[in-house]
Order: sequence, then C-alpha cells, then structure tokens
Amino acid sequence: MTPLLVVLLLVTQDTSAIDRGVRIGIVYRPGVRPGMVMLPRKGLDSVRAIVARDLDYSDRFEIITLPGGDSIRLATSAPASGGATPRKGAGRTQSSSGSRARGGGAQAIGSLNYPLYQALGADFALDITVAGDTAVATLHDVGAAGVRRAIRAVLPPATDRDFRQAAHRLADQIVQAAVGAPGIGATRVLFVSDGKVWQIDQDGADRKLVSSTNRQAMSPAWAADARQFAYMEFQAGKGWLYLQDMVTGKRNPVSTTGTALDFTPAFAPDGATMAFSRATEEGTDLYTINIKNNCCLRRLTVGRFSDNLSPTFSPDGQRIAFVSTRPGLPQIYVMAADGTDQQLFAPFDYGVTGSSNAPEWSPDGQSVAFHRDVAGTLQVFVLDVRTRTVRQLTSVGRNEDPTWAPDSRHLAFVSDRSGYRQLWIIDLDTGRIRPLLQVSGARLPAWSPRLTEAPSTTP
Amino acid sequence: MKSVSLLLVLGLGFAAVSGACGGGNPPENPAPAVDTAAENQRMRDSIAAAQAEAERQAAAERERLEQQRIADSLAALSRAGSEVLATLASMIHFDYDRSNIRSDDMGVLDQKVAIMQANPDLRIRVGGHCDERGSDEYNLALGNRRAQAAKQYLVSHGVDASRIETQSWGEERPLVDGHDESAWSQNRRSEFEVIGGGENLRRP
Repeated sequence: MTPLLVVLLLVTQDTSAIDRGVRIGIVYRPGVRPGMVMLPRKGLDSVRAIVARDLDYSDRFEIITLPGGDSIRLATSAPASGGATPRKGAGRTQSSSGSRARGGGAQAIGSLNYPLYQALGADFALDITVAGDTAVATLHDVGAAGVRRAIRAVLPPATDRDFRQAAHRLADQIVQAAVGAPGIGATRVLFVSDGKVWQIDQDGADRKLVSSTNRQAMSPAWAADARQFAYMEFQAGKGWLYLQDMVTGKRNPVSTTGTALDFTPAFAPDGATMAFSRATEEGTDLYTINIKNNCCLRRLTVGRFSDNLSPTFSPDGQRIAFVSTRPGLPQIYVMAADGTDQQLFAPFDYGVTGSSNAPEWSPDGQSVAFHRDVAGTLQVFVLDVRTRTVRQLTSVGRNEDPTWAPDSRHLAFVSDRSGYRQLWIIDLDTGRIRPLLQVSGARLPAWSPRLTEAPSTTP
Repeated sequence: MKSVSLLLVLGLGFAAVSGACGGGNPPENPAPAVDTAAENQRMRDSIAAAQAEAERQAAAERERLEQQRIADSLAALSRAGSEVLATLASMIHFDYDRSNIRSDDMGVLDQKVAIMQANPDLRIRVGGHCDERGSDEYNLALGNRRAQAAKQYLVSHGVDASRIETQSWGEERPLVDGHDESAWSQNRRSEFEVIGGGENLRRP
C-alpha cells in the first residue's frame, strides 16, 4: 500500500482571503486552498500524524478524506509494495519546480495514477517513507505528472526531545515545496498561566513550564533568533525584566531593571536592542537598552500626563509601534526607533472608538495586530501599515492580545468564546479558527519565529 | 483597717511620752529605772514594728497603683495603634479606567495625612490595582497612575514624598473574585501598607 497525500485544487473556501506573501509555482492562488489526503503507512503513524496536522494547520490546503479511506488503492500498478519503491523513486528524483519526473523515477512512482488524481482535481500527491532514521517526503505534481521535490530528513528516535520538531520542520519544507512559502510547523507559543510562563508547540503538543521561579510573571517575548526570551516578573514591589535561555533555562536580569516597574519587553531584530515600558512617579514611558553590552539606557518618550507602553518593533528595526494615552484613551501610535517622529498609527474616532492596546507588528511588516474595546468587550483588529486602515477580525466573545505566526497570516490570541479564557489561532486568509489549548486561564501569548531549520533537501 | 493602725500607733506613742515624764530621776531609783527602761524599749520596738508594717503596706499599695497605671496606659496605647493602623490601611477606590481621586475618598486621605504627620517615622507603600476588564499590560500603567495619584494627594498636603513608596499590581491581585460591577468596583483601588515606623503609632 502506498500512502499518498493528494492535494486537490478546490475553490470552496472562505472568500475573504487577502492577497499576501510570496507565491511560487503554478498552483497556489490567493484565496484558493488545494485539497489533501493522507493515507496510512505502517510504522509511520507518528510522523504522518504530525506532518498531516501541520499541513492542515497551515490552512493552505483543503484536506480531503477519500471515500473508504485506507481501503482505496490509489496506486494503479501492482508493485507498490512496502516502502522500497517510493524510496527508490525519492532517491532519484529531483526537485525542480514543476518538472516531470524522469525515467526510473517516473516508473517507480508510476504506481501513482496521475490521471486519476487529475480527474479528482488534485494538484499534488505526497508520499512519505521512512527507512532507518531517515524520512523522505516525495511531493508529486499531479498536473505535471511528475515529482516536484523529494525532501530527506533525519529524524531522531521518537522518544527524543527533538523528534516532533524534526517532523515539524519536514512539514514546513513540504509546504514550501508546494506553495512557495514555508509552513509554521516548527514554531511554539509562550504564554502565561497561573502567573508562570509556559510553552506549547503550535499544534498543541508538548506543553511545558519554562518559568524557573514562583514569582508572578507577565509578558513573555521572543528574541529574533528564538534562542532566548524575555519576560517581566514582580519582585519586591518592582517589575523586573529577565532574559532566559531557551535551552539551558539560565536567566539574567536585564541591566538597570529592578529600580522601577519595568514591563512589556520587546526585542529589536538586531538582537542587541530591547525596548520596554517603565512606570515611575512620572507615569509610564518607553525606553531602550542594549542587552548585549548592558549599557546605553535611552528614554524614547516623555509622557508627563500620558502613558506610553507596549512597544513592538517593525521587522526592519526602523520603527516602533506602541500604545499611548495622549488622546485620553490608549490608542496605537508609531515612532522612529530613536523616539522621533511620534504619530498616530491606527485611526480612531475621538469620543467613539474604545481603548486600543497590545500592538504586535507582523513579521512581514505589512500589518499591526492589536485589540480594541468594542461595546465593553475586546476584539482583535489588524492595521494595514501602508493604507493605515483597520479591520476587525473577531466578534464572538472577548478576544485580546494577538501575536503573529512567522507566516504573517496566522494569529494566536486569547478568547473566552468557549466559556473560559484560552488560546485560539485564527488564519487571516480563510478566517478559520481553532483552539490551541483546552486549558483555562492562559493569556499573553507570544508566537516564536521559526525554530532552527535542520533537515536537508535532496540535491 | 488603716486608720485603726494609726490610732494604735498614736496611743502607744502617748503612753511612751507619759512614762518618760513620770520617770523623775532615774539614777536615784535604779530598780524602777531598769523596769522603766525595759518598758520604754518594749514600747519603742512596738512602735517601730507598727510603723514598718504601715510603710510596707503603703509601698505595696503604691506599687499596685503604678502597675495598674502602666497596664491601663499600655492598653490605651495599643488601642490607639490599631485604630491608627486601621485608618491608615483603609482603601480608596476609582472609576473605571480613571486614576483621579474621587471626592468621597478625600476625607480618607486627609486622615492618612494627619496620621503621617503625627508619626514622623512612619513610612508607607501605596499599591495601585485595577479590575479585570481592561488590557492586562495597560493595567500596569493604570495601576501605577492610581498609586501615584494617592501619593500626590498626600505629598501635596504636606507629607514628605520620601516616606511614600508606590507600586502597581495591575489586575494581578484582585481583592474580590467575580465578574460583575460589584467585584470590579472593589478591585479598582489603592491600598496602603506600613513598611516602616509602624510601632506605637500615635493618634493625630
């Protein structure tokens, strides 16, 4: 039996799609989600399950369940036995986009009935095999009746800490090969629950405590390289900012912290600059500090009768969006990273629009997500940076503290739509929403950049 | 009891004086003189004993009164201290998303000013708190404003700023659990906590 992943071109999904991001290849069109079928192969269940879920959660495919499931033979030729044939094909095929598989490769994969899938409207078929510690994912381009790409990944033993992450990275490469943009499989979300910082994989697996003290913590934030994160901790009447190594768990206070209430840390993309809010007798204002050299504290705002807080850097590091109460209620402002040229960012109607808070700049630089008080509850909004227009994303329940996935099309946020506050994920292109956690009380999520990419692609 | 003792002492004293006067010339009448001397001595001893007893009792009484006075005074003192502490700790409250001192809380703050002035060693910390409705992180800034507003009121009424620390807890430490206005209005508050010089507080 040959496990196949069949990607069907469908046009049935949400029409509210936005055209964004890089499109490579001939299949992917904005607002169009190709379909996908995953068939089982003995001994591959864990890898298959992880990859299939990542492909589903990428929201870039329509997952198709074939009638009869496993019992349907998708292969037409008899010798589709075990993993030998696909492996042979995988090892010999190349990955040039849209190319027809050649010679032996095409024969080996000849078990695949391209006309059948074409008749079903499929664009891709994916075959995953595992031999020893190596998994090979072969992505067939159904329309071209050939192999588009074979991706080889070394997987640690299933008991290894990195096993799931390796499978996630493989899934991300499959997404990249199919639609020209990497997936978000190998990412995690930090969040606060019971006053402590936790992490969870984007697919809801491996929830783990990362706080190393019992003091109350808030506002975790990822460094651009994902090797460390920052957060705030209440301590002796002050707010302390800490940097913690993701691998060793070792932590150090940020230089100059501990003298006031410091909160909402944010890393600049240069890896050296951190912006944060500091509350003193004068109110709350924004500062930056160099966390590499522990120097150069710099005050960016002088609010006097207003507060300035919750900084977020643009991905080029040139600008900082933040919250300011200068118009009376908190609203979203923007300034140059040195504190000059402060101006309103997200438009609002004076006396009508509610408080706006918790901005986060998208990794592609095009949007800033935030939440705004609408009729006494909070809803997630997205500001288009170029046009400076906002649109409301949510309307069910209370929705707050959005954080961007590295693909700039998914947001994790806190919602009580199920009756209690927990983390949810929304895909902006399709509007699809799924719960990330089934645990009450989770808040202040921070989505990681893509975590180290290791697996190699065949030549 | 006391007066009876006193009369007895006086009577004995009178008898002793009479005896001495009636003694005439003691050298001429040695035998009676011996008797008289012994008698006088006995009377003197008796008087001294009575006087010692009276003094002992008076001293005990003085001691008892002194102890009572100290106890009463300590009790009064501690009553004052706990009253002062309670007044000092009474909270003030805020409107939603506001940090201005409400007029109905000014009297509460005026009492704290008086206490701070009557107890110059007293140092306090003001903690600003918010309800759960606002944004989690924004509430840290709002709680700071609430703590600062209370401190500014005290300072502008003459309390030295160095005697007041401030702290914001945002919405992290609700006083009342609950998701309605009754809970929220109690949670939007500034708290006052003694951090130094809180012993033997005097009333203003």
